[in-house]
Amino acid sequence: MNIFKIGEVLPSKTYIINRASLVAYANASGDQNPIHQDEAFAKSVGLENVIAHGMYTMGLVGQYVSALAGSSSKVKEFSARFTKPVAVPADVDVELVVSATVVELTDEIAKFDITATCNEVKVLGMTKAVVHL
Amino acid sequence: MLNPDLVGSTFVGTTSTTISADSIAAFARALGEPETQLAPPTYAITISLEQSQSLLVDSGLDWSRVVHGDQKFLINKQLVPGTVITCNSTIESARVVAGNEIVTVRSDLIEAGEVAVSSWSTLVFRA
Repeated sequence: MNIFKIGEVLPSKTYIINRASLVAYANASGDQNPIHQDEAFAKSVGLENVIAHGMYTMGLVGQYVSALAGSSSKVKEFSARFTKPVAVPADVDVELVVSATVVELTDEIAKFDITATCNEVKVLGMTKAVVHL
Repeated sequence: MLNPDLVGSTFVGTTSTTISADSIAAFARALGEPETQLAPPTYAITISLEQSQSLLVDSGLDWSRVVHGDQKFLINKQLVPGTVITCNSTIESARVVAGNEIVTVRSDLIEAGEVAVSSWSTLVFRA
């Protein structure tokens, strides 16, 4: 039995990105680039504020895909383009809203086109995933 | 600028890494992933990006100018605690657009002779 339908728009999920979650991701991933933690440094290199690691944003979208598929073990392919940095001001919870459309379906796999937005602006482009059913 | 002769060459990783339960659990927790004993889909970046960095820095590129352009993973076998891997990195392409150097590196995480995960990172070195 297939739980998806071709063309179906799947329920969105909201993830919170804040300074504390960036520190947790930096520690877990090993990416300690100061542009993701240090506001003065980020501004000194021309950014509007601290920005989220692109791979953190993509990782949260990966969690969405794992949840859709029922387990991270089902995820076969996952890709994204980093089109817009996610600025994370101090003491603000930035909402990342993720949703997906089923664009391909066989007995074995489902393929999703995914959108990821912050404040209604797309932050990732060409975001696609293939999962085993 | 990257030596064009390096495009297509593969740097074979000689050091094997044993993936720890703590490392997977910390990464999964940071992403809100409830399955903390299974590597999330993007976990391979913790291994592949470091090798890409040393490879490209050794090849003369300035890592302080880098921006991640895009990223793809192909997962043949999920990484779990205790998986022993080596990482081979291939510079697949390099081009210059408006003074920015755009390099794509494919990293293959090899477990027991088989590719478990391939990770493609397109990195933009700003002019």
